[in-house]
Amino acid sequence: MALYSEKVMEHFMHPRNVGVIEDADGVGEVGNAKCGDIMKMYLKIDNDIITDVKFETFGCASAIASSSMATELIKGQRVEDAMELTNKAVAEALDGLPDYKMHCSVLAEEAIQAALEDYQNKKSNQK
Amino acid sequence: MYNIPDYKKGEPIMQIYADNAATTRMSETALAVMTEALKIDFGNPSSLYTIGQKAKEKLEEARAEVAKIINAEPREILFTSGGSEADNQALLTGAMIGKKKGKKHIISSAFEHHAILHTLRKLEKNGFEVTLLPVHENGIVRVDELEAAIREDTCLVTIMTANNEIGTIQPIAEIGEICKSRGVLFHTDAVQAVGHLPIDVKQQNIDMLSASAHKFHGPKGVGFLYARKGILLSNLIEGGAQERGKRAGTENLPGILSMTAALQEAVADMDKNNAHMKKVRDYLIEGLSEIPHSALNGEKEHRLPGNVNFSFEGIEGESILILLDMKGISASSGSACTSGSLDPSHVLLSIGRIHDVAHGSLRLSIGEDITIEEADYIIENVKEVVAHLRSFSPVWRDLTEGKKEFILK
Repeated sequence: MALYSEKVMEHFMHPRNVGVIEDADGVGEVGNAKCGDIMKMYLKIDNDIITDVKFETFGCASAIASSSMATELIKGQRVEDAMELTNKAVAEALDGLPDYKMHCSVLAEEAIQAALEDYQNKKSNQK
Repeated sequence: MYNIPDYKKGEPIMQIYADNAATTRMSETALAVMTEALKIDFGNPSSLYTIGQKAKEKLEEARAEVAKIINAEPREILFTSGGSEADNQALLTGAMIGKKKGKKHIISSAFEHHAILHTLRKLEKNGFEVTLLPVHENGIVRVDELEAAIREDTCLVTIMTANNEIGTIQPIAEIGEICKSRGVLFHTDAVQAVGHLPIDVKQQNIDMLSASAHKFHGPKGVGFLYARKGILLSNLIEGGAQERGKRAGTENLPGILSMTAALQEAVADMDKNNAHMKKVRDYLIEGLSEIPHSALNGEKEHRLPGNVNFSFEGIEGESILILLDMKGISASSGSACTSGSLDPSHVLLSIGRIHDVAHGSLRLSIGEDITIEEADYIIENVKEVVAHLRSFSPVWRDLTEGKKEFILK
């Protein structure tokens, strides 16, 4: 049996939405180098709709695949819907992760949450 | 830009097995001896009829041959299921001998194999005290520190001959001499060294030594423990009278004969193989050193001929391994993600590599048949993979934008 599902391998080999958004409306970074995983998410939001999303990840194949899948899942979504994204949804969309790699999907959920919170903080500061 | 191979389409252009410290491919001779023994020498060496006695004869011939190679006597060789069993039995033996004399202190090093460290932890729970010597940035135990650590109640010193991850070779003969003069038993886990480095248990004053067949092109599931005569071995496995009553269970004769053949071959070709491997190893080290913010782990000089271990800042090891696998290169890493734990390799931490760079490590343990062309292919692909992973690493961005300081200059 292979270590990872085809989906995980596909997203690891060809990660979607890689990069940086210079004038992002929300940025979130989670994890630390000590544990070996860091994810950074950049969101462009227009009218409470996520119009663009980019990520950068330091980590293993499942961390990179989880980031990639999470960006795909929230792209074009309303902010309130993206807030509902769970790590389980990310893992399921990847056709599952090994048990000891589930924390990678948690990190993806947390990175999206952090970026959305950053957006909301910025928005309320503008008011 | 990194040329991402399509992993679903066919084989990569080259297949390079560079994880010989994990295990080796069996040699043709070892394979032939093993299949022959499985077919022909099926007798139980404990049986009294001819078929059994022939098996017994072959067993003892193998024992004599293994003994000769490390300059021991046949009765000093105990066949085991491998390195871990030999390590366990050696430590238990040293501890039990010490206990009888009221000595319950054991000295080892911080970067031993888990077969040693976990056994020591068990002994600690049973009232033994363990001192783990530091191995410093170069990955080598200091003899003066070892000498200073020996106490009145020290019963055993166990230091590996060569480290499995970073390949650094320890001053075994010096340690042996000190232990002898201080009346302390000396065991060495030589799993990475036997068949690759010359071993002479008398000249190096080794009391006990562990070895494993599958690290020198022999089969898995077989190894041996050398224990100098006069050392009363403690049993791990009770039962029949095999191995002079010190290791019960019908002998794995096909494995033992095959191991012996592999060892003979490895030793016969050692000088030639090592000269070639050192050349390719140094070529790899030179090539990989061109990658910015990378560092060789462990000293360059006192190093196994086949070991190359690098840390690359800003990326994580498992990702490196999977991308290299796609290019047909099998390697290993000290990253936490490859072990299923949260901490990176204790070996890399022991030489002072902090977590951030320990995660980004790559171990290449080359085989005797490696070519310069293959080394070029490895260097080229590692360079590409590192650059690719760094291109979207937030850690690398922070480092290059000056928000964080580089650890590896």
